[in-house]
Amino acid sequence: MITMRKIPLVEMKNIHKWYGKIHALKGVNFKVGHSEVVGLVGDNGAGKSTLIETLCGVYRPDKGEIFFEGKKIKLSSPKDAIEMGIETIHQDTALVNTMDIKRNIFLGREPVGNFGPIKWLSLKKMAKNSLVALKKVGLELKSSSVNIDELSGGQRQGVAIARAMYFKTKLLLLDEPTNNLSVKESEKVLQYIQELRNQGISSVFITHNLYVVYPIADRITVLRLGENLGEFKKEETSIEELTKLLKY
Amino acid sequence: MHQFFEKVLSIKEIPSILMLFAAILTFHILSPYFLSYFNVKTILELFPEFGIVVLGVTMLMISGEFDLSIGSVFALCPIIIIKMINLGLNVWTGVILALIVSLGIGALNGTIVIKTGIPSFIATLATMMFWRGTVLAITKGTPPPIPKEVLPLQISVTGWVGPIRVSLIYFMAILIILWIVLERTRFGNRIFASGGNPKAARARGVNPAKVKITLFMLTSLLAAFAGLIQAFRIGSALPSAGQGWELDAIAASVIGGVSLFGGVGSIIGGAAGSFLLRIIGNGLVLAGAPGYYFRMFVGMVIIAAVIFNIIIKEKIRKMR
Repeated sequence: MITMRKIPLVEMKNIHKWYGKIHALKGVNFKVGHSEVVGLVGDNGAGKSTLIETLCGVYRPDKGEIFFEGKKIKLSSPKDAIEMGIETIHQDTALVNTMDIKRNIFLGREPVGNFGPIKWLSLKKMAKNSLVALKKVGLELKSSSVNIDELSGGQRQGVAIARAMYFKTKLLLLDEPTNNLSVKESEKVLQYIQELRNQGISSVFITHNLYVVYPIADRITVLRLGENLGEFKKEETSIEELTKLLKY
Repeated sequence: MHQFFEKVLSIKEIPSILMLFAAILTFHILSPYFLSYFNVKTILELFPEFGIVVLGVTMLMISGEFDLSIGSVFALCPIIIIKMINLGLNVWTGVILALIVSLGIGALNGTIVIKTGIPSFIATLATMMFWRGTVLAITKGTPPPIPKEVLPLQISVTGWVGPIRVSLIYFMAILIILWIVLERTRFGNRIFASGGNPKAARARGVNPAKVKITLFMLTSLLAAFAGLIQAFRIGSALPSAGQGWELDAIAASVIGGVSLFGGVGSIIGGAAGSFLLRIIGNGLVLAGAPGYYFRMFVGMVIIAAVIFNIIIKEKIRKMR
């Protein structure tokens, strides 16, 4: 088991990406361990989004290798990544606001029962399992028939995170999950992420705000202008040291 | 009691059904003839032709797209059938060919919208003009009579079962089938998602393009079928048939609670909206108002319906 643990969940090696003449990623190394929360921090244009979109199958790297659970992988679409257990949560594309919770959680993977020749949507099963999934992240809601646009920003993140957990995701990539949220709501989101870690699911928390991620991250990776400035275990660094690094 | 109200009001079909009943009640008070056997029979006789068109448009709008070409397809379908029969083809072959052409038109609408990214409002405005032009070019503006060969089919589409036309049964059957598809199948769930947030749908492995093209085809097919019903009923294919229905159908869907932005709506709402739109003219005439008032009234009903939908939504939110 100990040797297993030494192989990281994800390892990205020497990743390069060009957009025309712009060298967006200049040989970035990045890794995520098991049951780990990694903060991916950097200013605008540092390459955070590009790196993450390479990992979730949106872009292909121009150079470099990605290993998942020790095996070299090639991702050609977000679907590939989802099937492997890598899910991404962007704030504006995670959920369909005009649909209710249960229909969102099971979108694309709706359970059906046979009713004569028709494959009938199992709404009861969807409702029941949605509440179970929400409870697991600590989100207690009365009904799963509430539309997403009636939930608070934090609750929405909770629903998206609960969905990832329900479908046995191994790695969750959260793109600025606390943007536009109140302090209280942000704390809730941090709790959900902690709950993920307790269940053995790793997550990458992408943000430009070091102060948000510092309290829960096990490790922090700092990107600047497409280069990895280093990976720091939280015990071995301080927020002042990291801030200095980000500024330069 | 409070909880009961919340439950009932949060059923999305309720506002449009309430409005429909309110309209029926108003017209009933204004004229004792409105709910007379003969009048109800007349309304139900003509309604399915418009109703069937709206069912398609409602589905398409929930997926986030418009189709303004339905009126032109409505006119084109019977003309193709007549042309085919005059060319010596069997009636059935003519009908099937015309329906296949309508599916093709729907597929073309969808493909233009998806592949070029032109908003469907503009793309189908163009195809609306194109197909209406085709109708005028084929007919030279004179309505061709329906050939005698059609007679057996005529009965099965517009014949009578007791006091009702067969077309009403078709409307009800299509309504039930589409309700099941929209509310109780995977495809229905993906229709709502494609209209509500196509990016989110794509992120979950749903293909909104496929969903939308399928619905463009369905909408076109239903418009063609409705056009066939009307032509068979009146015994002629009018080149101007269905003109103006594109906006009437959108109005009916909106009255029924469908959002112009997609993702929100119900098929029963669309049906109720189309019925409401169709009884306004009839009710006004019976109430003694000149027919010219019809459009003014429709305009007012659209605004009132949208406001009513918003008020009910707010009410539910406050109850929670």
